[in-house]
Amino acid sequence: MATLQTRATARLMMSPAVILLFLWMIVPLVMTLYFSFLRYNLLMPGTEEFIGFLNYKYFLTDPSFFTALGNTLMLVGGTLLITVIGGILLALVLDQPFWGQGIVRLLVIAPFFVMPTVSALVWKNMLMHPVNGLFAWIARSFGFQPIDWFAEVPLLSIILIVAWQWLPFATLILLTALQSLDGEQIEAAEMDGAGSLSRFFYLVLPHMSRAITVVILIQTIFLLSVFAEILVTTNGGPGIQTTNITYLIYSLALLQFDVGGASAGGIVAVILANIVAFFLIRLIGKNLER
Amino acid sequence: MGSITLEKVSKSFGTTSVIPEIDLEINDGEFVVFVGPSGCGKSTLLRMIAGLEDLSGGRIIIDGKDMSSEAPAKRGLSMVFQSYALYPHMSVYGNIAFPLKMDGQDKAAIDKKVKDAAHILNLTNYLDRRPGQLSGGQRQRVAIGRAIVRQPKAFLFDEPLSNLDAALRGNMRLEISDLHHQLATTMIYVTHDQIEAMTMADKIVVLNAGRIEQVGSPLELYRNPRNVFVAGFIGSPRMNLVEGQEASKQNAVTLGVRPEHIRISKTEGAWKGVVGVTEHLGSDTFIHVQADGIGKITVRTDGDFATDHGQTVYLTPEAARLHRFDANGHAI
Amino acid sequence: MARAITTRKKVTFGIIGWGIGFLIFFPILWTFLTSFKTEGTAIATPPQFLFFDWTLENYHEVQSRSDYMKHVTNSVVISVGSTLIGLALAIPAAWAMAFSPTKRTKDVLMWMLSTKMMPPVGVLVPLYLIFRDWGLLDTRLGLVAILTMINLPIIVWMLYTYFKEIPGEILEAARMDGASLMKEIVYVLTPMAVPGIASTMLLNIILAWNEAFWTLNLSAANAAPLTAFIASYSSPEGLFWAKLSAASTMAIAPILIMGWFSQKQLVRGLTFGAVK
Repeated sequence: MATLQTRATARLMMSPAVILLFLWMIVPLVMTLYFSFLRYNLLMPGTEEFIGFLNYKYFLTDPSFFTALGNTLMLVGGTLLITVIGGILLALVLDQPFWGQGIVRLLVIAPFFVMPTVSALVWKNMLMHPVNGLFAWIARSFGFQPIDWFAEVPLLSIILIVAWQWLPFATLILLTALQSLDGEQIEAAEMDGAGSLSRFFYLVLPHMSRAITVVILIQTIFLLSVFAEILVTTNGGPGIQTTNITYLIYSLALLQFDVGGASAGGIVAVILANIVAFFLIRLIGKNLER
Repeated sequence: MGSITLEKVSKSFGTTSVIPEIDLEINDGEFVVFVGPSGCGKSTLLRMIAGLEDLSGGRIIIDGKDMSSEAPAKRGLSMVFQSYALYPHMSVYGNIAFPLKMDGQDKAAIDKKVKDAAHILNLTNYLDRRPGQLSGGQRQRVAIGRAIVRQPKAFLFDEPLSNLDAALRGNMRLEISDLHHQLATTMIYVTHDQIEAMTMADKIVVLNAGRIEQVGSPLELYRNPRNVFVAGFIGSPRMNLVEGQEASKQNAVTLGVRPEHIRISKTEGAWKGVVGVTEHLGSDTFIHVQADGIGKITVRTDGDFATDHGQTVYLTPEAARLHRFDANGHAI
Repeated sequence: MARAITTRKKVTFGIIGWGIGFLIFFPILWTFLTSFKTEGTAIATPPQFLFFDWTLENYHEVQSRSDYMKHVTNSVVISVGSTLIGLALAIPAAWAMAFSPTKRTKDVLMWMLSTKMMPPVGVLVPLYLIFRDWGLLDTRLGLVAILTMINLPIIVWMLYTYFKEIPGEILEAARMDGASLMKEIVYVLTPMAVPGIASTMLLNIILAWNEAFWTLNLSAANAAPLTAFIASYSSPEGLFWAKLSAASTMAIAPILIMGWFSQKQLVRGLTFGAVK
């Protein structure tokens, strides 16, 4: 396979993709880094000056940063909790043979294909609306007071919407992992006298552990950047109760036009994401060697 | 015509030398088998002849022309791969016709050649099928069909039978030998199976760690192995290799004796031992004996010879068929 | 694996499975049903499930909005355009990495993946400014460029894992059979890679169609795709549930169907081959 000629051709064919991606990554990142050390507001042109780490200081000591960080962690953690546990249970159910299994599988993965703005609006208006929403009707039919979701528990509401969108992803991947479990291994365990609970904890769960890690890491990457769902439902409010880091930086940049401050926030977000990415990349890289 | 000469051919990947330096002469029409344990460089050598790997040094001369840096297609060779490497999206017909199409031959000529090849290989009824719908043996024949339509100067086979089950392997061995007689074209065949080498080859090349240990006809190798490695590799069950006192008695460091050249008796003989496992093949019986002061010795005897586990037996090697090796493992 | 399964177990799991499936799918079903109601029925209490006067009026009305078709076209142009350009860049690259790997191939792949880990807000500011200065704000060209770069790592990865499954021996066989590099790609590699390329394409159209960070931030009236169009219904006065439902149904239906078709390939694409 490997002759000199093919190797030279190969290098040539890789270069467009590699060069473009390199530029795409490095140019904006360097610019963000540069802006983050400047006083730079689009509303006050001409006042740009180097201010060292002042933007970072403002961003990191701003109380809204801590609220946003807390909200981000709640959003990521809550969604992960629901999707991973729900995903494992759903995968176990979908792995059993029953009539119409294929159709149910399609129903379960459907939310993943719904664009974020649609799912956010449908949930906000048609399901969670305190007067005309379906949940309100259900609550009233059972004699309860309906919850005003986005006023009383705004962050939980967003977590529910996001979890609904990502549950299919977790389910699908965990199901795939489950189906790759060797049937003979399970049979051997049955011969050894393992009950269904111990089979789950000693065989199935360890077998799925890699897939679970992949789900957690990949979802974390995406969940750190949840944006559209917040924009169309709460605009980060009430107050800043649903503002996550991504939304905070967005509002700094495109609502307050504080380029310097938003850039410092952007760098902070990159660092946070990289901590997760570090583990994910190692995991995938290990897989590549096998 | 298809004579192939390797002159000081060497191969290294980075700083690791895989094949130090090899000289080999392959005559037109010969069936040559490269045999050796896995990792001995036999497949690499074949791929270098094919042009799929660069040479690190030396020359490959095909029919008097230096082909060392020619593209694979220009060398006029055909190859049958271990995995058959059939094109899964083409029919059997398409697979066999592919090299002719690449050669730019006209439709009528292609059609005739494909049908002829299919006839020879009993594939006429399968021409419309896809490779995925064929059995292992049929796939193998399609791969061979694709190789023969080009009328190459030589065929290269890279462990072609290793994916087949034992019974089919026996059949295909005969078919390939038959084909060689019909076509009388040079064939180079790589295998790790010494039985394939013994049964098919005109000339066997035994390779070990990138070096040629010995070249010769099957019987030459069987009768006069040049060193311990060849002695141990050729022949089944393996030759018994004895070291120590018994070897010194014969002025050798290692003494080799094939299982079929030992007489076994329940009453008398040169070496005394205890029977371990006995394998009854029907035609033959292999008896594994723990011989006193010598070690494990395998004996091949006739199918009716009966022994029990733990029974004491006596072994006598045939003096004329002993192989003696010196400290470097070379035959004396 | 043939195992005896009792009918009772099958029925139990059937009920659980269908129940959960129905619950998870319900918001989509509800949107679909609401899209056929009048605005009045849409907010009625108690909710009307099936027995209402079905009407296509909402669809007419949404489609007759002067800008609706523009947003559909934008979505199609942006998602298909970015995917096709991505494929044109990725096919040669993945081909090279799969069939002529070097010691650095793995590093290049991992590096490509790492670009995908960058949070978009990290580069929002400079890209916004670049777009503003180059006149790319609210243009399809700008969005196509952005989405191409966003999805390029996924495209390369998916193609790489597919190409890896094509045995190198087949390409060598083609070479022995006298095929030139061009012919090898046209007659052997491409036909064998078509299923992989197709599912890569499908997944990336889906991802680009639903992308809602850059499309919301970098487009306004002209280049806005359906994600941004639907977002415009979020204004407090816009409580037109039936019309929202009709617009949403049209926006998600084609992608949902494509997604169902590509579900088998989805896992590989979304996990970068870490789970197959």
